[in-house]
Amino acid sequence: MATPDLVQPAQELANTKSKRMSSREREQLKWGLFFISPWLVGFLVFTLIPVVATLILAFSDYNPVQPDMVQLVGLKNFSTMLTDAKVWTSLGVTVKYALLAIPITFGFGLMLASLVNSKSLKLSEGFRTLFYMPAMIPIVAAGVIWAGVANTQTGWINLGLGAVGLPTPDWLNSTTWIYPLLVLIGLWGTGNLMLTLMAGMQGVPSEIYEAAVIDGANGWQRFVNITIPMISPVIFYNLTLMLIGAFKYFDLAYVLKNGTGGPQDATLFYALNFYKNSFEYNLMGYGSALAWVLFLIVLALTAVLFATSGRWVYYAGGDGS
Amino acid sequence: MTTQAIPKRSYHQRELLNKILVTSVAMFLLLVFLAPLGYMFTTAIKSDAQMSDPQAPVIWPHSKATFEYNGESYELFNVPIDGDVRELAMVKKTRTQSEFLDPNNPDAGTILWEGNWRTLEPVYVRDPQWQNFKKAWDDLNFPRLFLNTLIIAGFGTLGAVGSSVFVAYGFARFNFRGKNILFMILIATIILPVQATLIPTFIFFSRIGWTNTLLPLIVPHYFANAYNVFLMRQYFMQIPRAMDEAAMIDGAGRLRTFWSVILPQSIPALTAVSLFHFFFAWNDFFSPLVYLASKPELWPLSVGLQRFNALYGRQPNLIQAGALITLVLPVLIFFFAQRIFMQGIVFTGVDK
Repeated sequence: MATPDLVQPAQELANTKSKRMSSREREQLKWGLFFISPWLVGFLVFTLIPVVATLILAFSDYNPVQPDMVQLVGLKNFSTMLTDAKVWTSLGVTVKYALLAIPITFGFGLMLASLVNSKSLKLSEGFRTLFYMPAMIPIVAAGVIWAGVANTQTGWINLGLGAVGLPTPDWLNSTTWIYPLLVLIGLWGTGNLMLTLMAGMQGVPSEIYEAAVIDGANGWQRFVNITIPMISPVIFYNLTLMLIGAFKYFDLAYVLKNGTGGPQDATLFYALNFYKNSFEYNLMGYGSALAWVLFLIVLALTAVLFATSGRWVYYAGGDGS
Repeated sequence: MTTQAIPKRSYHQRELLNKILVTSVAMFLLLVFLAPLGYMFTTAIKSDAQMSDPQAPVIWPHSKATFEYNGESYELFNVPIDGDVRELAMVKKTRTQSEFLDPNNPDAGTILWEGNWRTLEPVYVRDPQWQNFKKAWDDLNFPRLFLNTLIIAGFGTLGAVGSSVFVAYGFARFNFRGKNILFMILIATIILPVQATLIPTFIFFSRIGWTNTLLPLIVPHYFANAYNVFLMRQYFMQIPRAMDEAAMIDGAGRLRTFWSVILPQSIPALTAVSLFHFFFAWNDFFSPLVYLASKPELWPLSVGLQRFNALYGRQPNLIQAGALITLVLPVLIFFFAQRIFMQGIVFTGVDK
């Protein structure tokens, strides 16, 4: 993350001086804490304490209907998870979706970013705005619109496919075709990815491209060997968010199938299974265990990404911080 | 280098050709990309009858044409007579023969046509049902949902901006031990899934009687969040420190410096953060679903539209009309504020 350069001299100063704080340091501490206090309080009340409390609840059978009957049950919730078929189904659904959605979304985002960044595109600012715009459509509205577009009889997808003689799947009720549909809907939210990738592309020094042209590199070679490595920090940032996003995926699955997880649990994402257990079946102890495992999965994924990032993420600043 | 050898005009021609090619590809892609909005709009103004009529035109809103005669209303059909297809009003129908009136000359009496009337194609006329918006507006109880959403988004934005600006200033301008670690923790909360804190928070809110009120959707945003703080802090760090120092020399205290020197210079960043939160709140579906499930009169648009969609499955036209009135405001705001908004996205997403 960003290293605030302003901090360095002050820390060096602090190290060379005696342990006692000078009046300036005390003043800085006092005002610094004063200004960040809203977050400190919020972090304690809405993050740190609840995370710990979730862990404790995970070892209980807490049920909001009979909160006084709560008992500690040891590792029971975790052992139940191991044998709960829904948990494994939901993990499978989540991974399947992530494996399909992430490459397609990145491919599409890179294509859009290159397109709106192209010198040959007229009115590029207008295109940028319009390609971004669907990301502003509330997710429930987007789900409702696409459910209509994917309708077998009146939806435009199947009208188009049928017109050119292609098969017309029942997108919403097929355990296979529901995933491409979810990915397609997700492409409406590519705006952020497009903009950040585009800004990354604009930050690549043009001398590098000029040098490559002299060396005889063609457009595709320049894209793969210059653009991609130079914007790898942006790719890394978005990849991390998307991977975590798959495990938090909830809204569209809920809207399209009214929270049933259907067809045949094909949209039972991990986060939906968590919601059903915690708020529909009122199994909040078990839900807490599910939540903590989710937390651990996300931590592990992030750790793996950060650990491997040194090998493929290029930081122009040099130190990779 | 090689381009110089080519005559100037052909270089320009190639350039022009490139422009036409790239721009048409973009145009085509954009049309496909936005086509669902076309579906939404045309479906929203279709009649109920057209939605369930397999013979009706699929794209544009149409109704069956009728002809009024002597206080009666007759449907128009395309009737093939003597190698000609005429639009006639059906007066009497049976399986083997039917009687028709010519709308241009109704007093001439009926025309007999041999054959099964079911094989005839009805005549359709364009007939957008604008009143569907009014119907969806009422059935959704839109004013109520809209008001709830505005309250959640408005008060939440106030808190998110107010607190984040404060916290960001603390991180941008003061040096104290542990600051870097605290900032790292703040940024790390980006990856924390809401699920990891949700159940105890829910229990806490229900104990203090806040579930089934709007408070759990508003109050937590008064304690700053990572994205907003990060964006504001980046912005503050670009403002020269000399500005603060000059104000302090003039006798302004820390708060006054913050209020009258820093804030007025941060309007673009403040606007971006306000927009982010406003859109977030407008969009948010999960939290209201959790906290307001059994309190329909407090639902925001997101939950209201989802329930509407679940209940009105047989009236896709009203559902699409509802979707349209839900997305109008955020999309309009986006168009008006797009420059600031998109700069903000780039700011948080790239400048890490």
